[in-house]
Amino acid sequence: MSWEVVIGLEIHAQLTTKTKIFSGASIAYGAAPNSQACAVDLGMPGMLPVVNQAVIGKGLALGLALNAELGRKQVFDRKNYFYPDLPKGYQTTQMDYPIVGKGYLDIEVDGDIKRIGVTRAHLEEDAGKSNHGVVPGQTGIDLNRAGTPLLEIVSEPDLSSAQEAVAYARKMHELVTFLGICDGNMQEGSFRVDSNVSVRRPGEPLGTRAELKNINSFRFIEKAIEFEIERQIELIESGGQVVQETRLYDSETNTTRSMRTKEEANDYRYFPCPDLLPISVTEEDIEAVRASMPELPDAKRKRYVSDLGLNEYDAGVLTSSRAMAEFFESVLSHTQGNDAKLCANWITSDLAGALNKANLDIADSPISAELLAGLIARIQDDTISGKIAKQVFDAMWKGEGSADDIIAAKGLKQITDTGAIEAMVEEVLANNPSQVEAYKAGQEKMLGYFVGQVMKASGGQANPGQVNKILKNKLS
Amino acid sequence: MSIGKSEVEYISRLAMIDVAESEVEQVSAKLNNVLDLFEQMQAVNTDGVEPMAHPHEVSQRLRKDEITEGDQHEKLQSVAPSTAKDMYLVPQVIE
Amino acid sequence: MLHTLSVKQMSDQLHAGEITSVELTQHYLDRISKYDPELNAYVTVTPELALEMAREADEQLKAGTAGLLTGIPVAHKDIFCTDGVKTTCSSKMLDNFIAPYDAHVVSLLKKAGMPILGKTNMDEFAMGSSSESSYFGPTKNPWDLNAVPGGSSGGAAAVIAANLAPMATGTDTGGSIRQPASFCGITGIKPTYGTVSRFGIIAYASSFDQAGPMTRSAEESAWMLNAMSEFDQRDSTCLEHERPDFSADLESSLEGLKVGVPEEYFGEGLDPEVEKIVKEAIAQIEKLGATIVSVSLPNKDLAVPSYYVLAPAEASSNLSRYDGVRFGYRCENPSNLQDLYKRSRSEGFGAEVKRRIMVGAYALSAGYYDAYYLKAQRLRRMVRDDFTKAFEQCDVIMGPVAPTPAFNIGEKTDDPTSMYLADLYTIPVNLGGFPGMSVPAGFAAGRPVGLHMVGPYFSEAKLLNIGHQYQQVTDWHKQTPAHYQ
Repeated sequence: MSWEVVIGLEIHAQLTTKTKIFSGASIAYGAAPNSQACAVDLGMPGMLPVVNQAVIGKGLALGLALNAELGRKQVFDRKNYFYPDLPKGYQTTQMDYPIVGKGYLDIEVDGDIKRIGVTRAHLEEDAGKSNHGVVPGQTGIDLNRAGTPLLEIVSEPDLSSAQEAVAYARKMHELVTFLGICDGNMQEGSFRVDSNVSVRRPGEPLGTRAELKNINSFRFIEKAIEFEIERQIELIESGGQVVQETRLYDSETNTTRSMRTKEEANDYRYFPCPDLLPISVTEEDIEAVRASMPELPDAKRKRYVSDLGLNEYDAGVLTSSRAMAEFFESVLSHTQGNDAKLCANWITSDLAGALNKANLDIADSPISAELLAGLIARIQDDTISGKIAKQVFDAMWKGEGSADDIIAAKGLKQITDTGAIEAMVEEVLANNPSQVEAYKAGQEKMLGYFVGQVMKASGGQANPGQVNKILKNKLS
Repeated sequence: MSIGKSEVEYISRLAMIDVAESEVEQVSAKLNNVLDLFEQMQAVNTDGVEPMAHPHEVSQRLRKDEITEGDQHEKLQSVAPSTAKDMYLVPQVIE
Repeated sequence: MLHTLSVKQMSDQLHAGEITSVELTQHYLDRISKYDPELNAYVTVTPELALEMAREADEQLKAGTAGLLTGIPVAHKDIFCTDGVKTTCSSKMLDNFIAPYDAHVVSLLKKAGMPILGKTNMDEFAMGSSSESSYFGPTKNPWDLNAVPGGSSGGAAAVIAANLAPMATGTDTGGSIRQPASFCGITGIKPTYGTVSRFGIIAYASSFDQAGPMTRSAEESAWMLNAMSEFDQRDSTCLEHERPDFSADLESSLEGLKVGVPEEYFGEGLDPEVEKIVKEAIAQIEKLGATIVSVSLPNKDLAVPSYYVLAPAEASSNLSRYDGVRFGYRCENPSNLQDLYKRSRSEGFGAEVKRRIMVGAYALSAGYYDAYYLKAQRLRRMVRDDFTKAFEQCDVIMGPVAPTPAFNIGEKTDDPTSMYLADLYTIPVNLGGFPGMSVPAGFAAGRPVGLHMVGPYFSEAKLLNIGHQYQQVTDWHKQTPAHYQ
């Protein structure tokens, strides 16, 4: 018996504005309870909303990036229901006239490209937070988050596996962070993924779906969806029916469980918010957004490969985040000759390695792009060898200054003077007569030994290329 | 389209307003009076007439993204019925 | 006596140093103590605040930095949030609510130097046409204590009529400034929607609510409207344009004015006395140089049903915030969340408010949105377009404010729909967002009757001009019930 899986994702991305969507209170994370909830956010009597200019450009940027229809006329609607974290008793959202209409996002799964439809993306306000048991038997409501601008991005139910779902979620995460419209911090709740999962036999109508919420890592989202698919299949095969409900994921047992089932589908009584007027977006507005769009990740990766000659793996690592790509491009622009491979290598192995070990993000790297560029420049101009550069790198990581500072302080300047190298080569050859005999007898591997000896004698500072050349010369 | 007991119960849940058993009839009678008013609307032909949400054809004004509201929780919570640790209290919600 | 002076006279005397604002304010406070118990027009009197503001006003007057209205006391309808003052909307739900901020209107009139005498009684949450649904009991009509003062700004109208304040603020969603002005024999104007900021005004129906002045004369209303209509960016529906001086046209002649009188207005249901008074008033205006033109408002009967879908629908959503959590009434010992919501709201709201919330929720509910809400919005456009078309043939439309003079207290409380139907003249103005004004025009069996004037968008100055000119040749607006003279 084969089964088809149908998954649609609803992603809530918190926008990187300074203030709320309808009031001038800050949205900064981690503030003391209710210190960022003004009278408008609290829905106090007589308070009214005014739309934050910044949310429009950010929404349009996503629309452009998704090749989507854009909302030139937008209307905010009220979604009415009662919940303590919803101060006005309604959420202001966009129903019929959202900021972004139909678009698409291409994802790659196992080497294949699949186009996933995006139904729409709309602006809405976030709710506050409930803190259970603040006082025994009571829930404490913190409304700092109430009014934070969200972009809700709804996919078509085009995803057919947990793997595809996570690929889509990751791609969308990459997109919104590259666009700079969302910081993507899943731990802080800036990027929330709700998965609607259902199964059906091929050819049959859509099955009942369950919604998985409150899972804040891609790994767990994938596991939760996998579990849910199995659960639904087993349930149906044993004669049961899938209930439309919200389910939470338990990472310890790797299972999903039902949240309290809502008694009935909520009647939200949507109607246009009479305190707000329709938003009008002009062609100029759209062009301004288009003109200020950053290079998107796919385009960037293509360019790294085709124009900069990097391999796909490196291109992938360097575009794993906007910060990483910016770092790389900054290093590249601060060095000579556009040697992308050299810069890429330093970032993807040495820097990435050090960051991983110290559990740091590129944003917190003790070695800035300028510092790294300075190091690479000294390799390029033969001041130091690649090997010595690693020493310099370690010292830079520890905060000992710029490449020039360290090279001077430790006297690491490469020896390139032919005369000096010749002298060292002659000494090594003179001290190793049997090895010289062996080499002349045909053991070419001895060359490596001689190089090693010269490097040792020079404290690693002889230019290896020149050592090689002079050795070969002397030995011939 | 008249309002009976089950409609009154439904609306009561939506609006979070209790209607006591003893009042249901009275309430539904009054609501039905208002519905009669609504019925008058149905007879009118409104084909081709756009709904009118606002008197003026004006677009929403946009506000600069600047912080203009600071921490006012002390003043604003001075009118709150029940708070603790600067949070508003409600009977615990079980999720 | 101080309270018989016109505001112009008060202002002149204040500026000349002949009287002080403290004297004037104390005078009104004394009258309030004496007369308000029988009228119940005030919910809250604020003597300390009033006198403190009066002292400040006197300093400005001494320093020569005072404006026209500096030192003139004002009463605010209890729908305007007033910082530090109980603001109840005449509801048990907000009986304990000390507003932590000022409405924009309140800030503006504070800036104009007007001492606040107190907050006036109203229909609960502005839902009503008689002020009988107030949690604090009805206000009496100063002209006849058995009669209602009208609503929802009944308290405001009563304080002007009984000289318990020289100027008052009101709000009008379906007629709530104009109808009480008519019932109490005073002047009131609801400006074009978007003229006055709604920030800090407790919302009833957002696309209809509009604040305006209530005074003895049109001239005084013009000055007050000037002071209270400055643009406010905190209200998205407040229009940005520079307001004109609403008093600039007061002295213009009415020569050439075209007055439209709708054929549909003088039919069945209109009290013959009211009809007579209104027709006399229109004839008076004709004598001042106007021409009378017959116009038609064919969709007149659609206004009331449309309004009674749309206003409750908006209200049902606007009043969801009253849930016992962050402010306002909370029930005792809620056992769970749903209990908290249901009991706080059911105990905190009065019967009419609960009724309108339920009607509104129903009109928006699944399956009925198109048939009720959207349909009503289409009718709204049709009613509005009637007026726009009529204004192609005239400059102002005149008629009755209400089909009868003030009815008796208790007479209509059992039949809310009959009260709704009495709003037929005022409601279309709110549906369209036009400016509308009521000026006193006579008496029927001892109870005042007003003349209703409606103008095209932004024609407030013209309406006030007409009112002022009418008041130059009549003295209905100068009358006060004997008991309160």
